[in-house]
Amino acid sequence: MTLDFSVLFKQWPLLLDGMLLTIFLTLFSAVFGTLLGIACGLIRSKGPKWARWTVGLYVELIRNTPFIIQLFFIFFGLPGLGLKMTALTAAILANVINLGAYVSEIARSGIEATPDGQIEAAQSLALDRWQVFTRVVLPPALKRVWPTLVGQMVIIMLGSAVCSQISTEELTYAANQIASTSFRNFETYIVVAALYLLLAVALRRLLNWVGPRFIFGR
Amino acid sequence: MNPSLTQQLSPGFALIDIRGLRKRFGDNEVLKGVDLQIARKEVVCIIGKSGSGKSTLLRCLNGLEAYQDGSVMVDGQLVRPDDRNALRELRQNVGMIFQNFNLFPHLSAGQNVMLAPRLVQKTSSAEAERHARKLLTRVGLGERFDAFPDQLSGGQQQRVAIARSLAMNPQVLLCDEITSALDPELVGEVLQVVEGLAKEGMTLTMVTHEMAFARRVSDRVIFMHQGLVHESGDPETLFSNPQTPELRRFLSMES
Amino acid sequence: MFEFTLWDIARNLLLAMRWTIGLSLIAFIGGGLVGALLVVLRLTGNRFVRVLVMLYVQLFQGTPLLLQLFLVYFGLSMFGIETTPLVAASVCLTLYASAYLTEIWRGGIESIERGQWEASSSLALSFSEQMRYVILPQAVRVGIAPTVGFMVQVVKATALTSVIGFVEMTRAGQIITNATFQPFFIYGSVALMYFALCFPLSWYSRVLEQKLRR
Repeated sequence: MTLDFSVLFKQWPLLLDGMLLTIFLTLFSAVFGTLLGIACGLIRSKGPKWARWTVGLYVELIRNTPFIIQLFFIFFGLPGLGLKMTALTAAILANVINLGAYVSEIARSGIEATPDGQIEAAQSLALDRWQVFTRVVLPPALKRVWPTLVGQMVIIMLGSAVCSQISTEELTYAANQIASTSFRNFETYIVVAALYLLLAVALRRLLNWVGPRFIFGR
Repeated sequence: MNPSLTQQLSPGFALIDIRGLRKRFGDNEVLKGVDLQIARKEVVCIIGKSGSGKSTLLRCLNGLEAYQDGSVMVDGQLVRPDDRNALRELRQNVGMIFQNFNLFPHLSAGQNVMLAPRLVQKTSSAEAERHARKLLTRVGLGERFDAFPDQLSGGQQQRVAIARSLAMNPQVLLCDEITSALDPELVGEVLQVVEGLAKEGMTLTMVTHEMAFARRVSDRVIFMHQGLVHESGDPETLFSNPQTPELRRFLSMES
Repeated sequence: MFEFTLWDIARNLLLAMRWTIGLSLIAFIGGGLVGALLVVLRLTGNRFVRVLVMLYVQLFQGTPLLLQLFLVYFGLSMFGIETTPLVAASVCLTLYASAYLTEIWRGGIESIERGQWEASSSLALSFSEQMRYVILPQAVRVGIAPTVGFMVQVVKATALTSVIGFVEMTRAGQIITNATFQPFFIYGSVALMYFALCFPLSWYSRVLEQKLRR
């Protein structure tokens, strides 16, 4: 049993392209998935009963079904209704919908932990409801749940590997290509696994810098 | 209570005009028909046992509590707790300071003071900052503009809270037991600021347990008991010569 | 062209569901045993052992499950072990589950305040007696809700084993879709079947969580 990693050095452009797409996919989905999730969390916390119920249904459906099935449903199933899309579009859509459901619960717990006094003080200063939410409730709420939220982003990034199954040309897809042409399966997947580990560490660092810097201060 | 009837009395005289105010929490009636008028620049202290309805009364004045019957008028306008826009108008005139300070933890002291003027009155950032620095200096915290709430003592936080309310240029300040959550040695610095405000002519309505302060600073003291104004009068008379047994009992417990 | 009836489809999916459930149980029970072992190692072992376990956990929590499946599948055959998709899937999911469960249980045990340890050792209890009579009963109470919650993750994880050829519900769905060309209906049905398996577990986990808070 000899291990030969040389093929991976030769194929590094392919790996790089794959990595870049994984990063793009993750960050793009992170932004829109989080926005969706915060909106849903707010609805579930303070919305009218019918809205809470609808969002609740969405959240439970997503959290209790595998991501790969959601992906297949969007990419293979929706065209049946006339909604055709590229693999990348389907991947983004699936990630956003998936992340939105998880962030909804994370955001909701953060929002609901807001002390009443904070809201009363903000109201007493004549802030309107939108201002109270965005300026007084949301930043500390995000700070409260930031570790959980960051963890969920890492999960999304690792989950994006599944998108290779609908031929989205991210990192795992690149790995599959290299492995199948070089027959060096083990070496390829070991290296790519290490790359994902690095990406996960980098993502955590990035998000733990972005949070205090731009979103909730200190 | 017929609102138009109350408007026949000269609305400018009583800045705050409460008539027949009734408030229930579920089955529990906390305010049982309160009548109270507070004039401009008047400093009124409200005292009483816990459960007598003092905080609830205060919170009805800026719409944090809705009421079932009676009327509350501030500067001639009826307080309508279900009208969000009317409440926002009201709260630019009526400021509130809370027992637990409720400073925004993610903003510095200066940012706390600047927030509402910028968002509500659309003041420019530069102007809001200038105003905030002035107010913080006025409460004795000029050099703490960039400090965050968790870096400040209780007394300092409460003074920032006062500056924050003042930034909106209110006509009335409502103080809900603002020293009750403070360590004893920090109470003085806050009361000093409040006394300064009173001397400058701010209309103050304070729920407080600080009897010495009330005696010295207020124009009128209201004793509440079981949801009604039980006794009312100037502090000297009220404290040295309580008319009702309930007040006598209360004062003996407080001393 | 072969016509498939609704019953054909349903029957195939239900048969595949047995495999989903079976694999989930293997992974959960196997993972539970390995995970428990790792917790003990982590509590009693020296620094080197503790670091090793931590790296193990980081490995499984920091890489995609899909890659883990590939590595086990190709890795096992590299070592000359005969691998069927079932064997590879079982091994991989067991290790995967063990990494997550050990973290959940370690968290549960560490959440028990030091005073409990101090009090019980002051009563001259040995380590295993402490664990058995004082710490574990409390840790179990704390840990049971997230453990049940993790079962949901395991069931969902079995769906990925379709990629290495194991025929469970997802793979069956793919096969049937290729034959009937009704992806919306098939994948929709498969989703509902996963939902039927997972939702009761999620619900129960929440119930347990609320009971704990009381």
